[in-house]
Amino acid sequence: MGTCLKKFAAFCLVLLWPIGVINLGIAQERTYIPTRTAAGEPDLNGIWQANNNAHWDIEAHSASAGPVLVLGALGAMPGGMGIVEGDNIPYLPDALATRNEHFANRLDRDPAIKCYLPGVPRATYMPYPFQIIQGAEHIMIVHEFAGAVRTIYMNEHTAAPADSWMGWSNGHWDGNTLVIETEGFNGMTWFDRAGNHHSDALRVVERITRRSEGTLIYEATMEDPNTFSRSWTIRMPLYKRIETNAEILEFRCVEFVEDLIYGQLQK
Amino acid sequence: MVHRQLNLREIVSGMLVGVFLASGVVTEISGQAGSGDYEVPRTAAGHPNLQGFWTNQTYISLERPENVDKAFYTEEEVSALEEGRAVNESAQTTPGTIPDVHYDFTQFGLDRSQATFARNLRTSLIVDPSNGRLPRMNAEGLARAEAVAEHRSRVGRWDSAQANQLDDRCMIMRGAGPPMLNAGYNSNYQIIQNRDYVMILVEMIHDARIIPLDGRSAPPERVGQWMGLARGHWDGDTLVVNTTNINGQNPINGSSQSMTVTERFTRVSDDAIDYRFTVDDPATWDRSWTAEMPMKKTIGPMFEHACHEGNYGLYNTLVGARLEERLERETSLRERQRR
Repeated sequence: MGTCLKKFAAFCLVLLWPIGVINLGIAQERTYIPTRTAAGEPDLNGIWQANNNAHWDIEAHSASAGPVLVLGALGAMPGGMGIVEGDNIPYLPDALATRNEHFANRLDRDPAIKCYLPGVPRATYMPYPFQIIQGAEHIMIVHEFAGAVRTIYMNEHTAAPADSWMGWSNGHWDGNTLVIETEGFNGMTWFDRAGNHHSDALRVVERITRRSEGTLIYEATMEDPNTFSRSWTIRMPLYKRIETNAEILEFRCVEFVEDLIYGQLQK
Repeated sequence: MVHRQLNLREIVSGMLVGVFLASGVVTEISGQAGSGDYEVPRTAAGHPNLQGFWTNQTYISLERPENVDKAFYTEEEVSALEEGRAVNESAQTTPGTIPDVHYDFTQFGLDRSQATFARNLRTSLIVDPSNGRLPRMNAEGLARAEAVAEHRSRVGRWDSAQANQLDDRCMIMRGAGPPMLNAGYNSNYQIIQNRDYVMILVEMIHDARIIPLDGRSAPPERVGQWMGLARGHWDGDTLVVNTTNINGQNPINGSSQSMTVTERFTRVSDDAIDYRFTVDDPATWDRSWTAEMPMKKTIGPMFEHACHEGNYGLYNTLVGARLEERLERETSLRERQRR
């Protein structure tokens, strides 16, 4: 009996394995035809937000105590099934050691604690909403966290003119999918609060597809030969903030970290 | 972009004014609203198209100078004023002074003579009151200004991060608004529209103003924000933006958190938007006041202005102030021991 079930499960796995999206259970709704903007593009406009625990750790993880004693249960890390295809980030040995060091020292090292721009793709799945505004030549992505913004250049594709926190993004449509290629990172951002990191050689290719009226499928593939042995992909649904009074509010967090960063220099 | 600035820097050393006058980046806009026969380009959704990169860089001050008693300069007068300011901005600072610590605007192409700017023949940005000056501040406004000055007199500018100016703290810049007053340099804006929103990205500290056009209700009073909360609508071909819920922490000439701002954006030519705003703040002025300034088309792209992330200035300033205090203490201790 047991063997029979196992065989059946193995059969199912073999059957489903090649269909990547089913790994994370977020298949495209077959009947959904994306609405179009007045300009005729797939309509991705709206306020969107991830609803998962990847901002703690993009790899699968158990719940565990947090690093800030006084925060108690509220500062503890909830478990998560991870958003990395194949579960593990393919770190080079040194880079894996750095990740573990980062994790041990995350209160000192996580750049987002200091209200620094969170980078890509981290900004997408932080627990803050962001808004997509599709213009004629540029698509804007405005994040609530630290007021981070991205301009996606749809027509004039150029190489990054300078390194930056949020990178330099060129976009194009592949059918109904918005494809964004981002480079020119300064290498100072992380993927999550667990110390997962990359270098300034990072290149991110995001694919954003409307899955239904209320959801997007978000996929990002990372390449960084200084840090990873091969490219790897994350995937998750993003949810529309459908309440009619939803707005990206200011989270001007500089104000909230001045005592942390400069407090010891006070008179 | 970077190369162009460096080349200009080389030229600038001897010929700043000549470059400035020959650069062709100055567009003259007298400040009069649309001439009527200009056909406003439209977005796919049918709205007037304001999209692109714009600047409201200007030498004209908010208030009319005391010694001027007319609303418009002549061509010659405004040219002379611009030349004088350009020379002034490129003047080198005295080594060892506080201004000398700041980077050289001219070197980085940030001075107004090298960047695109919107020429304006007005003698003040304020058009109402007609004397081009702010209304007299009322008793409530004066009392608040006095309290602020009193507080400042008790706190040293370098005592803490919070005691520093907002721009030194990378909190918010003057150009963010509303109202969007030119920031002095980098007064650049990128406008993006979809059917339901207009977004204005302010280059300085990447502040995005998101303006909903869907007729949503006024925000709850308890929400206060540095840039307030905006509600927009189209009045013919003019974008009207009403902003409330301003927290008053970045005051404009002494304004309070009861300030509301009504802005009007009208595209008057392929390379200009007429920008007009009215400030209403009964806790500061007994009457509203209105200013007008052109926004001139400029070239993109805008670069990421990650101010806080690279704010070594604030850190070093505080370190320096504490060091100075320690040295003073040590000196006085030694002197006491010597006696």
